[in-house]
Amino acid sequence: MNAPSSPPVAGSTRVSIRNLKFYYGTHQVLQGVSLDIPAFQVTALIGPSGCGKTTLLRCLNRMHDLYPGNRYEGVIRLQPGDTDILGPGVDPIQVRMRCGMVFQKPNPFPKSIYENVAYGLRLQGMNRRRDLDERVEKALREAALWEEVKSRLHQLAHNLSGGQQQRLCIARAIATNPDVVLFDEPTSALDPIATSKIEELIVELKKRVTVIIVTHNLQQAGRISDMTAFMYLGELIEFGETNRVFTNPAKPQTEDYISGRFG
Amino acid sequence: MIQAGFEPEGEKLERIRGYFRGELLTLREALLAMASKAHDNLNLALESLVERNARKARQVIEADSELDRLEVEIDEMVANFMATQAPMALACRLMLAASKISNDLERIGDQAVSIARRSLILMDEPPLKPLLDIPRMGADVLSMIRGTTDAFVEITPEKCATIIGMDERVDDINRQLERELTSFMVEDPKTITRALNLMLVARFFERAADHAKNIAELVFYLYTGKDIRHEAELGKTA
Repeated sequence: MNAPSSPPVAGSTRVSIRNLKFYYGTHQVLQGVSLDIPAFQVTALIGPSGCGKTTLLRCLNRMHDLYPGNRYEGVIRLQPGDTDILGPGVDPIQVRMRCGMVFQKPNPFPKSIYENVAYGLRLQGMNRRRDLDERVEKALREAALWEEVKSRLHQLAHNLSGGQQQRLCIARAIATNPDVVLFDEPTSALDPIATSKIEELIVELKKRVTVIIVTHNLQQAGRISDMTAFMYLGELIEFGETNRVFTNPAKPQTEDYISGRFG
Repeated sequence: MIQAGFEPEGEKLERIRGYFRGELLTLREALLAMASKAHDNLNLALESLVERNARKARQVIEADSELDRLEVEIDEMVANFMATQAPMALACRLMLAASKISNDLERIGDQAVSIARRSLILMDEPPLKPLLDIPRMGADVLSMIRGTTDAFVEITPEKCATIIGMDERVDDINRQLERELTSFMVEDPKTITRALNLMLVARFFERAADHAKNIAELVFYLYTGKDIRHEAELGKTA
């Protein structure tokens, strides 16, 4: 499962989703979604509330396993290694190492800034202080947080501002060198300045990881994503380059949604 | 469950019409007012030339400021709408098209003013020849402007191809007129001033036709999302 980092090939498929169906108990939420997520790009999932975009995102790191009665059908293959994320022999913890996640509300652990970032690394078996220091600093630099926290690494993460906490969560997610980082409305609880920092960060991140972001903010999707997938009632309606989808959508449902004439 | 993709023509029209509400309706009205004004000014300029009517020529020159005002007003509407509404899809294309169309219409107005000025100069001398080709050019350009307006109002982008095609005919008449007027000048130097002024008038109509063609291309883009400008030059296939 611990696949080696692949050489960067922008545009090749990183995650291939085939006929994905998902059920909360007996309630089917995803109606057979097929989608190829390109590597080293930002893919935005958009659609009205309840369309299944967050459900889809959570399938990608087996987050639904945490609740009983949930059921997946279909195949999600992650490259490199052609790992079937939903396969029976696959360890969800390992999946989450390769597909990091950042949530709507910043959720740092009730630990120090340092320990938040080191947490996943320790899980990966890294214990030498020098290695940990190095990786924690690297992740915090990549999350554009290092300069603001380097003098107080051992203070509680909860003392940081909302925007800083969210960047800390991003540092935590990228510290373990994942292949994919999943963002679930990462800026909906932040002010415009903190939002803009996170957006810059996401655009920067795609140089080394594949990013999938769920957002209700269409302008945000327009600003940062390369590809956009529009979902409705658990189905994928349209998937294409963001510029094209936003200026000349192929499907009327997409057009109605993005021009605010839905429902 | 909704059907992805397929959309009957009637529903598509309804969806496009649905965009023109509130501020976008105001923008549409301003564009139509401007198109109508540009058309009327060019028509008046043509009449002043054919009828040797100084009053009409001066009317064209005075009326031009209205087009300038509308151009500024439309750009302001576009900027405000973009800043506050973050338009998408057709609304986004409308922003681009409206700003460019208003510029083309303003330039058509400028051509009308230039024609009116030459018309005033030409009135002071006896006619060089009966005017045949210039009124034909003028009628073609006016019909192009009306055609683009219709395509815009009726949401019929398919009509734009005919309008774009008319530009070539205007170009042809202009070239033919240049040859004819050159021969006048060669034969009799006394005709040079008048022939040059007529050549300029023809050139102004030819430019107005170029602007009308631009507008037709923009209306096509607005409703289809396809950019058909400079296809020959860029080697694009439709």
